[in-house]
Amino acid sequence: MNAVLATFMKRRMAWPLIALLLLLAADQIARPGFLSVRMQDGHLYGNVIDIIRNAAPIALIGLGMTLVIASRGIDLSVGAVVAIAGAISCNYIVNAPVQGSLSAALIGVVLAIVLGLVLGAWNGFLVSTVGIQPIIATLVLMVAGRGIAQLITSGQIITVHNDYYKAIGDGYVLTLPIPVLITAAAFILAGVLTRKTALGTLIEAIGINPIASRLAGLKARNIIWIVYVVSGLCATIAGLMITANVTAADANNGGLFIELDAILAVVLGGTSLRGGKYSLLGTVVGAFVLSTLTTTVYNFGIPANENLVFEAPVVIAVCLLQSPKTMELWQRWRRSSQLQAKGITV
Amino acid sequence: MAGKLPATAPYIHKDVMVNEMVPVVEMTDISVEFPGVKALDAVSFRLFPGEVHALLGENGAGKSTLIKALTGVHGTASGTIKVFGEQKRFSTPAQAQAAGISTVYQEISLCPNLTVEENILLGREPRRRGSIDWRGVRSRARDRLTQLHLEHVDPGSMLSTQSVAIQQLVAIARSVEIEARVLILDEPTSSLDADEVNQLFRVIRDLRDRGKAILFVSHFLEQVYQISDRMTVLRNGKLVGEFITRDLPRMSLITKMIGKELAVLTELDHIPARKHAEAGADEKPFITTQGLGRRGSVSHVDLSIYPGEVVGLAGLLGSGRTETARLLFGADRADEGAIRLEGAALKLRSPRTAIDHGIGFCSEDRKEEGLIADLSVRDNLLLAMQASKGWARRIPRREQDRLTDQFIKALDIRPTDPDALVRNLSGGNQQKVLLARWLVISPKLVILDEPTRGIDIGAKTQIQKLVNKLAEDGMAILFVSSELEEVMRLSDRIVVIRDRAMIAEITNEDVSLDDIMGVIAGAVS
Repeated sequence: MNAVLATFMKRRMAWPLIALLLLLAADQIARPGFLSVRMQDGHLYGNVIDIIRNAAPIALIGLGMTLVIASRGIDLSVGAVVAIAGAISCNYIVNAPVQGSLSAALIGVVLAIVLGLVLGAWNGFLVSTVGIQPIIATLVLMVAGRGIAQLITSGQIITVHNDYYKAIGDGYVLTLPIPVLITAAAFILAGVLTRKTALGTLIEAIGINPIASRLAGLKARNIIWIVYVVSGLCATIAGLMITANVTAADANNGGLFIELDAILAVVLGGTSLRGGKYSLLGTVVGAFVLSTLTTTVYNFGIPANENLVFEAPVVIAVCLLQSPKTMELWQRWRRSSQLQAKGITV
Repeated sequence: MAGKLPATAPYIHKDVMVNEMVPVVEMTDISVEFPGVKALDAVSFRLFPGEVHALLGENGAGKSTLIKALTGVHGTASGTIKVFGEQKRFSTPAQAQAAGISTVYQEISLCPNLTVEENILLGREPRRRGSIDWRGVRSRARDRLTQLHLEHVDPGSMLSTQSVAIQQLVAIARSVEIEARVLILDEPTSSLDADEVNQLFRVIRDLRDRGKAILFVSHFLEQVYQISDRMTVLRNGKLVGEFITRDLPRMSLITKMIGKELAVLTELDHIPARKHAEAGADEKPFITTQGLGRRGSVSHVDLSIYPGEVVGLAGLLGSGRTETARLLFGADRADEGAIRLEGAALKLRSPRTAIDHGIGFCSEDRKEEGLIADLSVRDNLLLAMQASKGWARRIPRREQDRLTDQFIKALDIRPTDPDALVRNLSGGNQQKVLLARWLVISPKLVILDEPTRGIDIGAKTQIQKLVNKLAEDGMAILFVSSELEEVMRLSDRIVVIRDRAMIAEITNEDVSLDDIMGVIAGAVS
């Protein structure tokens, strides 16, 4: 048991997981029954389900972000891509021959995905071919993207009435929320794609040492294109979830600041901002922590607009706890306490 | 007890018995532990004012750990450190520096984007009415530089525009400025040429004569004998002993460092010179270059390498050896001249093109340009092969295991665990992994830039033997090294580069070291 605990604590994911459990425990104590899940109208219902569903878009964007960060990049444009995805799909559906039809929803979604891939490719082009620093390259789309979304919606908030489209955000399949299923599928697919091919290793190689990677014959350009395209795709699908959930495309506020949540989820999950080794599972945990934190703040009756102030200390604590330095201290403390247990003093 | 110093150390410098002097630094029974490793085991060490003290040992013997324990980078598990007779416990390098111990590391730890004077006086600038007195900065920096015979260095120039040697001397100037009484030089000469080494040594002797205590760590035994007064030898984290340099013959020093019998050693040291490849008349060179060059880099490189031949590339540091190697691998693009590969013209646009044509390249800078430190031995070893296949076609796991096992055995890489992170390997083993990365894709030409720099004698011998064997098996090899003896022992022909241009090609038959030195130095044309 002790050995199991020791190996668990060596993982960087350990502290975010502990933070997650502590938050949930605090919620349960503050409001007994918080964690209970029940069946209602044929699907699961409860705070935990809400937390998971709210985490879905952050985790999905975090998925793309993890790969981008692992390659030593960053994608600031995801929030803007969310807005664009919502705008283009809603704009199509509203103007479709039959607004409520399945075909309208499908074409709207496909349009958004195609545009999302193009936008991701644009970022990839700026970073890999033109050679602009990722933070600047994606800043371009972060700013311009909101403008593009405004152009598409003509500055209006577009409200759609299409049940198929709406289901992407708040539907259920097999008792589970659709966004959760989509995100889970995306993670499984990404896990297989990166670990069953050499993509994961090559992304890490480029992230750890781009110069050595080049001299080993790696074509970083292709890999970098891939990660930004994946990020664009993830942001688009997350954008569809977010827009569909409220059945309205808001070019100004759709996905606002979500790039920061996504980056935070990645960092909480133990992937270093300096690139290199990454953990997709860690990002999921990171997204859960963020989402739980938001719910916890509501649960404790703290006004929504003060929410961010309370998130900050938790985020800082988790980041500090999982830093390599703390890990080292922890190991040292464990060793000395083991020695003491055996009656040896140092 | 292993760490016990000899009861008497009858050392005389300037007619003063060391035993009567107070050591500046006295470390007693120091142990340092890392997870699973005892890096230092009850090591004692003394440093006296006015001496140059060499710290010697193979890679992994504990030299760096000892320095880091002294300067507060590593905590000690046991033992005491006294500085000027006072017991100290440094927990940060800054505290050690405040106590007068200054370290100049192998990788310069100054700010390349500041000027020379700013670097020397950083944080100690003379002030006038609250703001920095730049005129005062200039004159004080100039003083410091003059003290180190660096009158020709412009204090207002950007540090990054200076050579590594000057940067190192600037770091020393800074330690003089902060009135350090102990100066630790960690491998200061590893990237200097002979002239620069002499300049550095002049400064070191000066400082010694002014009563500074200098700790000198180096792989170059020649230099250790040239500069040091006393030495401390470590092996496997334990103290072997403290010796007076002029009383310890070179061979017995090496025996002490390696812990092996002299006979075994001499055998290792004298790898039989390879039977030189005889290029038949009908044989075609694998690679030929004509007037190859790149503006601001090298020019007029005309060389050809035949299969099964080792061509040595000699020249002073900074003469353009590495630049030549990089042109041949496509790491830099040539803008003049031509390359022919097996007779056919070829434009080398990128390393990728070179690799596709069967060329491999081990950079002199293993850490920055070779290995991916945070990936495993397996991933590093297979990186070039995987890169050739592309990301979508992963090498099947079974094939990965087979290749990794094969090369770990063939090159005697330790630890033998394929999942060990490369960053945790010793220099010699890292070099072997890098070499194996290319051998996996069976190249026709391997370019080895300083493959034996900074690695211990055992690994060095293994790599030299391997070069021999690869050539026998028909591989073409370009061998770049600062150690002329090594180049002469291994090469069939020697190409000499001077002042960024190729100046001679010498067949390695009946030529002496002095002949080649002459060519390099420019005495003979």
